[in-house]
Amino acid sequence: MKRTRNILAVAVFLLVVLVGVPWLIEATGRLDLYYTLTSVALLSIASAGVWVTFYIGRINIGQGAFALMGGYVSAILVVQYGVSFWLTLPLAGLFCAAASVLIGLPILRLRGVYFAMVTLVLTEVARLLALALPITNGAKGMVSIPLPGGISIFGLTILPDFATLANPRPAFYLVSVVLMVLCFAALYRLVHSRIGKLCQSLQQNEELASSIGVNIAYLRVIAYAISSFLGGLGGAMFVAISQSIYPSSFTVTDSVNFMLNCFLGGLGHVFGPMIGTFVLYFGWDFLFETGEFQLLIFSSVLIALMLFLPNGLLSLRLFGKKQG
Amino acid sequence: MTELLQIKAVTKRFGGLVAVNNVSFAVREREILSVIGPNGAGKSTLFKLISSFLNPTSGEVLFRGERISGLAPHIVARKGVVRTFQETTIFKGMTVRDNVIIAHHLRSNASLAGFYLGTNTARRDEDEFGRSADEIIDFLDLGAQRHEIASTLPHGHLRALGIAIGLATNPTVLLLDEPFAGMNHDETVRAVEMVRGVRKRGVTVLLVEHDMPAVMNISDRIVVLNFGVKIAEGTPKEIQENEKVIEAYLGAEDETIGF
Repeated sequence: MKRTRNILAVAVFLLVVLVGVPWLIEATGRLDLYYTLTSVALLSIASAGVWVTFYIGRINIGQGAFALMGGYVSAILVVQYGVSFWLTLPLAGLFCAAASVLIGLPILRLRGVYFAMVTLVLTEVARLLALALPITNGAKGMVSIPLPGGISIFGLTILPDFATLANPRPAFYLVSVVLMVLCFAALYRLVHSRIGKLCQSLQQNEELASSIGVNIAYLRVIAYAISSFLGGLGGAMFVAISQSIYPSSFTVTDSVNFMLNCFLGGLGHVFGPMIGTFVLYFGWDFLFETGEFQLLIFSSVLIALMLFLPNGLLSLRLFGKKQG
Repeated sequence: MTELLQIKAVTKRFGGLVAVNNVSFAVREREILSVIGPNGAGKSTLFKLISSFLNPTSGEVLFRGERISGLAPHIVARKGVVRTFQETTIFKGMTVRDNVIIAHHLRSNASLAGFYLGTNTARRDEDEFGRSADEIIDFLDLGAQRHEIASTLPHGHLRALGIAIGLATNPTVLLLDEPFAGMNHDETVRAVEMVRGVRKRGVTVLLVEHDMPAVMNISDRIVVLNFGVKIAEGTPKEIQENEKVIEAYLGAEDETIGF
């Protein structure tokens, strides 16, 4: 019963985002929405990473560092080594995961505000590194990155060469949404397997987890690596779309936003970051009309939301379900 | 009787303070051994030393003749020495059943990747954990609370849940940190029965406790600490007659000591 309902929900969601939204956009002529929604999809992937670190009880304000790192890895591989973008996408994620293992081993011992502070610094360190390293081309950044090529297996074209498309935006939108769906499906499985329960045990009591034989150091590093993998993935895809990357492409503000997306959507639910990113991104755009009051209204609404819905927007739905 | 745990000349210093001073004793297979002592006697520190949450400044703890001091706590737990915690340390946000199931982690045959992919081994593990968790829950009389979130449980049930978590790891030695603290008479009587039941399952029990009547009632042997030093070791009867012990507790009401 529940299974059928879940499958139905997923089918409806896929139908809406893959068919409904493009149709609506074409019908209304709001082509700019492609870019906006693509951004939401990619930012929600990076936010999902932050959510994983929340899930083991760590506040991560450093996802911007890994998004930046992933972006540069992909850009450098594409521009300097001529690697196909589609290959650099997982490579960027893996590079970030590997880097996060090295960074995580020492810093994951920290808890609470101390871990948060260190991760906050990470984003700034990443920016300064991007400025200083010769391979990243410093403040000038890397521009005119070629669009992703096509993929074909046995002569069957799975993805067309993006450069040959008159307007690559719908293609980017579809690829990003598919990527997002894959990431969240993988995450859903993770959370609903034993690993999810183990992560929860870390979040709720590390000492007890360790006393029942959980290798907490190992599990923390794994979770952080997954988190950074998603950050790198999102960052790399973003760079492919904007065809450029600068040291300031992902800043501390982005890191904070990734975290806010999770807060807003709900830390208790795996789809929290997706909803949070969507609402936060559109909420911000929506308030553009208010001009100089934009930030003021935006922050006030956020504070109110956190006060009245401490478990995020998705707790609304759960609340309704309990009553009904 | 084999000696399962050997505590050998263990000393722990925190700066200038000697919390545990040259303490030696042994825990025999399938006995209930209690460590007692006035507040600040170093009982909790000793406990952390045995479960390897702390490393001794000098001396060592052996389990089946093998040194366990200095190993990570989860490794010591895997070897079969498992501690429960003072107060009510549980996974608060999970249901009772999930608490007990997750504590079966040590017994899993499947790897993390196996659990992610849902391999046959992993599924067998899950089924086995579920069955075993239900058995332990019934054994400790938590059946009615099975699906309640742990943080909503009353005190006595929480303590039972703590023991259930310990049992789920399938320990050889279970270290219970003040299992009767904060309980009224009836609850204590039930908890004492519970600990007896744990021993009946073949588990050796080492407990740290304040509640004298309960300790005298339940223990096979007792070790008494005072200011970090072991001042006595023996059967409850021997301890009750020990001059040094009476002196250490002097000033306390006879009632609370249980003499």
